Amino acid sequence: MRPEDWLTQFIEIVAALAAAPIFLGWVSQCRAWLQNRRAPSLWLPYRNIRKLFHKEAVIAQNASRLFRLAPYVVFGTMVLAAAIIPSMGTRLPLVVSADAIALVGLFATARVFMALAAMDIGTAFGTLGARREMMVGFLAEPALLMVIFVASLLSASTALPAITEHLATQTLGLDPALAFTAVAFTLVLLAENARIPVDNPSTHLELTMIHEAMLLEYSARHLALMEWTTALKLFNYACIGFALFIPWGVATGHIGPLGLAVAIPTLAVKLALAGGGLALIETLCAKLRVMRAPEFLATAYLFAVLGLLVHVMLGARG
Amino acid sequence: MPMRRWWDRAQALAGAPSLRGVGVCAEDWLQAARDVAAAGGRLLSLWGSGEPRDTESAAIYAAYLSDLGVLILQLPIERKTGDESGDYPGLEEIFPAASRLQRAAFDISGVRSSDPDRRPWLRHGKDYDFVRVDGEGVHEIAVGPVHAGTIEPGHFRFSVVGEKVLRLEERLGYTHKGVEQRFTELPILEAHRLAARVCGDSAVAYSWAYCQALEGISGCVIPARAAWLRAAFLELERVANHLGDLGALGNDAGFAFGLAQFSRLKEELLRAVSAALGQRYLLDAIVPGGTTVDLSPEAGRALANTVRKVCEEATELRAIYDEHSGVRDRFTGAGRLAPELAIRLGVLGLVGRASGQPLDARVDLPCAPYTELAVSKVVQSGGDVAARVAVRFEELAVSARLLERMLEGLPPGGHVENIEAPTDGTFGAGLIEGWRGPVLIALEAGPGGSIRRCHPHDSSWQGWPAIEHAIIGNIVADFPLINKSFNLAYSGVDL
Repeated sequence: MRPEDWLTQFIEIVAALAAAPIFLGWVSQCRAWLQNRRAPSLWLPYRNIRKLFHKEAVIAQNASRLFRLAPYVVFGTMVLAAAIIPSMGTRLPLVVSADAIALVGLFATARVFMALAAMDIGTAFGTLGARREMMVGFLAEPALLMVIFVASLLSASTALPAITEHLATQTLGLDPALAFTAVAFTLVLLAENARIPVDNPSTHLELTMIHEAMLLEYSARHLALMEWTTALKLFNYACIGFALFIPWGVATGHIGPLGLAVAIPTLAVKLALAGGGLALIETLCAKLRVMRAPEFLATAYLFAVLGLLVHVMLGARG
Repeated sequence: MPMRRWWDRAQALAGAPSLRGVGVCAEDWLQAARDVAAAGGRLLSLWGSGEPRDTESAAIYAAYLSDLGVLILQLPIERKTGDESGDYPGLEEIFPAASRLQRAAFDISGVRSSDPDRRPWLRHGKDYDFVRVDGEGVHEIAVGPVHAGTIEPGHFRFSVVGEKVLRLEERLGYTHKGVEQRFTELPILEAHRLAARVCGDSAVAYSWAYCQALEGISGCVIPARAAWLRAAFLELERVANHLGDLGALGNDAGFAFGLAQFSRLKEELLRAVSAALGQRYLLDAIVPGGTTVDLSPEAGRALANTVRKVCEEATELRAIYDEHSGVRDRFTGAGRLAPELAIRLGVLGLVGRASGQPLDARVDLPCAPYTELAVSKVVQSGGDVAARVAVRFEELAVSARLLERMLEGLPPGGHVENIEAPTDGTFGAGLIEGWRGPVLIALEAGPGGSIRRCHPHDSSWQGWPAIEHAIIGNIVADFPLINKSFNLAYSGVDL
């Protein structure tokens, strides 16, 4: 590994940490505009995190060590995930630590810790949220794995940077297999990031919450980390989407300063468009009944399988 | 003895139209309730008088709503000390809505019914015995009175299996502030201001009901213009609240676009009301003898234009709500209150009209100026959230038509009349169809322009128990939406 690669790696992690809250702020802004409301500041998620870090943490008396530990574990897994997703360059030294399947495992680890922490205090809402989250999770993970399998089959690798490099160097053209999987991935993204129509990130109704219900007992720095994690997770999912479906603009090969000079603005443009698209979906949809979430995720799985079938059929012909 | 006999025995009371009252003994109390129920009548309200520690002059009152009008029964009570059988026969078996009213009457006036449920309702402090549901996989979710959002306090105890609700029990009374006690400390000619503040979103309905009762017992006839103005205020209040609810219902279904649009419309209306009448929520628009404000022809026209525009836009938004598959899926079938159940529970007002109960005091027991206006009743039979949304949309249109007529055709003349304090011991009641349902205010004058007893009743008393039934079998995540579709008063019932 060359020193520049480590530099790319470092910049990528820092960029993910810095850009994630802004991306969340951007989605909120777009949502507000689409609903004819005055938009909140782009920096609002940042201010919120800063405010929370300055507050005194209040923890339930019966909280175990797991409850205190969970925010750090969850945050850590998301940072590691950000490190192995090729958002700017594909030569990432940390990539050897985990491939795309392990990435799904990382998300699962975060989910398990969050659910355990939510149940730790023993309130009805935490348990309710954890149970719903696990229901969404165990349906979303297979769909996500299936999406990754299609991409892996196309590029004969399960390492995300390798997939990206392979796809980015293909001639520009619509691969029907990838088109189906892109739909599946979008559905998984909505479900996994607690967005409408599966969950409502801006609700104050504790009985309808999934993700937010798990955070109800957290405060101050723990909550700040959890919120940052939420933003980071959305950012990571967006970057996985870019890596699989619109990899163009990512610096392939050993990166120089020029490569980054192209990669960073490209990423910004992609994020801006993705944020707008996400806000549009969220404005057009109402929230599904909780019991309809399995149908929603079954659809995602179906699309991913269709993608796989299309790939197999086209592959057999070619 | 059929219902008609009780009606004939009763004497006309002052205040609301078709209002009669009669004193009864304990046996008649129960028999009259059975006869009213047999004739298809409903329990409108039940309240006690007398202090908890007072040993004399206690009484219990029941107001029934029937085709004939409002019949108020009074049962004087001789308090039996140390007797556990109760001071008067309970009505719970005949009218389920009586249960909580009787418990509240005991908390306030110390008169106890013979019904078995004697848990305190308004009086908090001791542990409350919730009904427990046992069984495999059943667990309890306790929600409130402090919620994750800034909303009214109410405690809801769900017994669920997975996501499915087996039972809901409500616990209210967290906003109890001693309104009835406060009434007795105020001069009778000034207490309309308190009446307007019993339940802030129904300020017009409450203050009008109070003034109707007061004007009735003091023999004051208000000018025609005042009556028309009051009706216009009432319809403006209805439109504003329906707009707010429709937005909130969209938001609770995760459709924030609806909230943004309806909030905008409501705000436009409130600003127009403020420009024309000087107040946004009309808390001090109605006074005994008339109204505080008059409406100039230009202001009336401007207000009418805004109402028309707002209601036209609401019609466009209705098309979006109706055609949006996600919103429709959430609304349809959620929280169904079947018409048969609505009859059994004696539900009134908007909730009743969404469950096939065609009761609207503006049509059934009209006071001026509704006697001259053809109000069309809006009735839906679905009983689900979608039906309650549809009733709101249709009532918006009806109110818009009424307002157009009212604002541009106000009769000439003054808008306020002099009024004298009524004589000691006179008793009357006012009944006004607010946006939620009928608001009844029973008023008894004391000596020297004081109030002996004033009881405000909100139709939410009948609505709250209905939610407990409507939620059964639904998923717990749908509760906020169902609750919002009822949108019942907290302050109005906690008193």
